[in-house]
Amino acid sequence: MTADTHADEHGSHHTSTGLSNNKLGMWLFLGSECLLFGGLISTYMLYRGRVGAGPRPSQVFDIPFTSVSSFVLLMSSLTMVLAVSAAHKGDDRNTYLWITVTALLGATFVGGQVYEFTAFYNEGMGFTTSLFSSSFYVLTGFHGVHVTVGIIMLMSIVGVMKRSKVPGSKAETVEMIGLYWHFVDIVWIIIFTLIYLIPA
Amino acid sequence: MAIIERPTTTPELIAPATPSSSLGALKRPVSTTGWKSWLFTVDHKKLGIMYSATALFFFIVGGLEAVLIRLQLAAPNGKVLNADLYNQMFTMHATTMVFLFVMPMAAGLANYFIPLQIGARDVAFPRINAFSFWAFLFGGLFLNLSWFLGGAADGGWFMYAPNSGPIYSPSHGIDFWILGLQLTGIASLAGAVNLITTVLNMRAPGMKLMRMPIFTWMQLVVQFLLLFAVPVITVALFLLSFQRNFDATFFDVAAGADPLLWQHLFWIFGHPEVYILILPSFGVISEVIPVFSRKPLFGYPFVVFSGAAIGFVGWGVWAHHMFASGLGPVSVAVFSIATMAIAVPTGVKVVNWTMTLWGGKLEFTAAMKFAIGLIVLFTIGGLSGVTHSVAPSDTQQTDTYYIVAHFHYVLFGGAIFGLFSGFYYWWPKVFGKMLNEKLGSWNFWMMVIGMNMTFGPMHILGLQGQPRRMYQWTEARAGEGFFNLGFWNAVASVGSIVLSTGVLLFLINIVITARNGKVAPLDPWNARSLEWMTTNPPKEHNFDTIPTVSHLDEFFHRKYQEDAHGQMVQVKTAEQVMKELEDNADAHIHMPSPSYWPIVLAAGLPVIAFGLIYSIPIAIVGGIIVLFGAYGWSIEPGTAPDDDFDPPTTTKDVVHVG
Amino acid sequence: MSNAGYVRIALILAAITALEVSTYYVDFGPLFMPALLIMMAIKFVIVVSYFMHLKFDNKLFSWVFYAGLILAVIVYVVALSTFHFFS
Repeated sequence: MTADTHADEHGSHHTSTGLSNNKLGMWLFLGSECLLFGGLISTYMLYRGRVGAGPRPSQVFDIPFTSVSSFVLLMSSLTMVLAVSAAHKGDDRNTYLWITVTALLGATFVGGQVYEFTAFYNEGMGFTTSLFSSSFYVLTGFHGVHVTVGIIMLMSIVGVMKRSKVPGSKAETVEMIGLYWHFVDIVWIIIFTLIYLIPA
Repeated sequence: MAIIERPTTTPELIAPATPSSSLGALKRPVSTTGWKSWLFTVDHKKLGIMYSATALFFFIVGGLEAVLIRLQLAAPNGKVLNADLYNQMFTMHATTMVFLFVMPMAAGLANYFIPLQIGARDVAFPRINAFSFWAFLFGGLFLNLSWFLGGAADGGWFMYAPNSGPIYSPSHGIDFWILGLQLTGIASLAGAVNLITTVLNMRAPGMKLMRMPIFTWMQLVVQFLLLFAVPVITVALFLLSFQRNFDATFFDVAAGADPLLWQHLFWIFGHPEVYILILPSFGVISEVIPVFSRKPLFGYPFVVFSGAAIGFVGWGVWAHHMFASGLGPVSVAVFSIATMAIAVPTGVKVVNWTMTLWGGKLEFTAAMKFAIGLIVLFTIGGLSGVTHSVAPSDTQQTDTYYIVAHFHYVLFGGAIFGLFSGFYYWWPKVFGKMLNEKLGSWNFWMMVIGMNMTFGPMHILGLQGQPRRMYQWTEARAGEGFFNLGFWNAVASVGSIVLSTGVLLFLINIVITARNGKVAPLDPWNARSLEWMTTNPPKEHNFDTIPTVSHLDEFFHRKYQEDAHGQMVQVKTAEQVMKELEDNADAHIHMPSPSYWPIVLAAGLPVIAFGLIYSIPIAIVGGIIVLFGAYGWSIEPGTAPDDDFDPPTTTKDVVHVG
Repeated sequence: MSNAGYVRIALILAAITALEVSTYYVDFGPLFMPALLIMMAIKFVIVVSYFMHLKFDNKLFSWVFYAGLILAVIVYVVALSTFHFFS
């Protein structure tokens, strides 16, 4: 919280730019995450053709399945933005509803990833099978962990809000988690295109 | 706890603090004195002191590591360190100096002075600030645990594959290195988000960006560099740890991998990193030189923009660390030209500092000596740097002591001299005492002589063919005459003792100043920027009333104004300026409250790290601590509510200072 | 933006996704790579601009985010180029 003046529920922070500290902080963090995922994506792109004796991408990827997964994550972005919208209107019930749906869709996505990885493993694509497999699992694994952290944050915020224990603005907190969630979605937009749809 | 103004002469007016509870169980910390007030503080000033003290400790550690290296190389067939220990020594010397001394020392100065320089009462995210410090401390300690647990990292600070892999480095040393750096990386990243938000959002009214002190400007550039560079090394460290611990083959040639992938990822971080190391010191001397020249900084906008330019172009030169790695002529040519280009903005700064000195009424205090020392020594280091940018020439220089000479001139003569300038300059404000100037002069000269004796000969050693990371040299290879490598190695080793003595003088200065140093006036140097418009040390809330800024060098302009002839004459003393602030003191000041959660959350991290090396259940325990800390943090308000106090504080209970 | 507006955006995103997936089954010839990358970029920008509200917020947020993004793209493309990835 900023020193010197309180941030009320309804007023804005008294900052030099007039912008919220939390929002600026979150966008800075997301900017740095571009460098993180860029590094993982580049590693994958470099090593995607190095399959050794293991399976090639085209042999293991199930495009219809992953397309549905991608669609699920995309829709979770919609429900997230509906949650933020409800939070801004002070509509607690719909905020909880849409946050929960978002978390469920996210969990469905992660479930799909787990199923997919298990299938790959059974088809002979383990973590250390080849450079392609290692980079694939690291990249998608990092993304999956980010989604999972997002789900935990979503469920936590519902719990905390219900017990009226959110310090500061509820709407802003939901918005911040929303920004994180959308970012995780746009990383997947890139991953889905570059990793799955470009044949190798 | 909400701070009310507490007059020291009427204790019965002080409201007893009744702390609110954390998580319904523990009471929130409220101590203002004693060790608890340090452990749970969120005050940027206390955190700044802790960062700096810790960094100083690691400076000594890194220095001892360096002296051992020089003792080993002082004579032929050195027996001080065997080859394995030698590898650990140079790896840890560099790692310690870069990550555990220079970076956190700059962070300490940034933490202490940025809010003061911009007229704020604290940073944007005080608890994250505390968390960053503890994460750094625990990371640094964790990294050094390796010495006692099977050997430290031994692959060089840049940790090239394949030396970094499990075959050539089977001990846990590199695993400690990786995880320690991940922890300090988290600290730096959080700090970057914090300080950028602080500088952009928490400036006093009228403090436009182009009225900010240069130290703050350079730190702003540094924080952006950290923000974008740390994630890159994070990726590299993860890939390496997966190779070492889960049999991945990311850098293993036999498996078809490319070890250059590591080099690229490391240096994409590593090159911005060196600007992260030097820009804070450039910022410090940009404060010091104008004050001790009794002139404003020459070309302020140029100094700002050249700093931004360095930050920008610094992303385009990383592969100059890889000229001899087989990149191919096109890549080499591109990076060679980019590297030449980046000398320009630094040259601009040197011109501006020199023009500030020119025609000034110079006072050669210790701070000023170190500042001028930086200009001279960094220029020497920069010149050798320009010779590296010429790729064919670099092919001879790379991996020799000529490179070691270059980076020690820019890092010791540059970054560290700048930090020392800052110590002497700001000590009176932070501790209320003046560091002894005479001892400071001895300190400076010993360090200058020691530095040049140690690193000067390395230019010769390098060009005559002494490679880096070679644990021993023999008479047979030493050559004869002027270029006898043995002779110059001996000189360098003696130089390192002189240099160490110089540093020791600084430590002695700290002790004697603490014991009976001269009490400092409010504004001992007749300074220019807002951090001087405070008490010694500044009050917890920094400014009784937030100043409205109307000039660059605002504090100077409150003391001096133009008379009828256009001359700057003193119209107020520092004490008078301060009185004005106190007379208009704010009635009700809310400061962010101390908290357990930053240190709790930070403490979980080394536990996770330890568990990842030795035993997964331990890592899970660490994870639970982290989750517990995160949860407690998220439901705790930044400032404890007034109603928690008994009696409740209201405006009428507040007493003005003065 | 109204909830209906957000739903409309989501439908557009779904349509573009369907089109992207179709490149897997339909031969786009030499247009394949540019089409795919452009569609990916469009989806990216739509989510960032509308769902993350960047289009309507203070430009500072856009600056810090796109600075990171563009820096990442440039730096990693250059690094991959040194591996002759694009030839």
